[in-house]
Amino acid sequence: MKFSLVIQASPFSHQSTATAFRFAQTLLDEGHELFRVFFYAEATLIANNQICSPQGEADLPQQWQTLAEEHQLDLVVCIAAAVKRGVIDDNEAKRYEKASGNLRETFELSGLGQLAEAIAVSDRVITFGA
Amino acid sequence: MTLHILNKSPSADALIKRMLCAIEDGDAIIMIEDGVLGALDAHQGLFSSIPDNVALFALEADLEARGITSRISEQVSIADDKQFVVLCSDMDKTVSWY
Repeated sequence: MKFSLVIQASPFSHQSTATAFRFAQTLLDEGHELFRVFFYAEATLIANNQICSPQGEADLPQQWQTLAEEHQLDLVVCIAAAVKRGVIDDNEAKRYEKASGNLRETFELSGLGQLAEAIAVSDRVITFGA
Repeated sequence: MTLHILNKSPSADALIKRMLCAIEDGDAIIMIEDGVLGALDAHQGLFSSIPDNVALFALEADLEARGITSRISEQVSIADDKQFVVLCSDMDKTVSWY
């Protein structure tokens, strides 16, 4: 079955990015397909490559990156929500005349069209809210 | 048949009231994150209005993380991550309440 996940909550104050990560891992283990993960609103903060997770704490951004690399996942970060939170790729850095982008590898900035497409083509879209 | 995914504790009474209004015969509810507090025996009355054929689940990892696995109501079944995925695929659709 084809799944997509929508994550809306901040990785710092809510459990959603961690719950969704376990869900993603489990559905892939079960042989399902993960079409897309869409990070929206505060959840876009996870794609900031400047995050340094404290030693001894789960490094969620890295966990998502590793899972994405293993399974060629499409991790889409809502561009409007990300840019206003200071999560930008090199293109946006140029556009806004910032020194550099800070988007973590394997994450991609894109628009709500990607969410609409995921909803259209997936059998199940599971929302992990704030 | 809809799977209702609830991630808020019983203190979110307005949210839970809205969810209960949307419950239909044959639906299922899974409590996750702080939502698993609703599975406590002490909160038995919370779901008294739902039809008999609506199954109640609580996510094992979140029960364990809060140390309440042994204190949940008999009405509630424990679901691991794999069963959570199975529920999502077996039911026609899911609604997240948060």
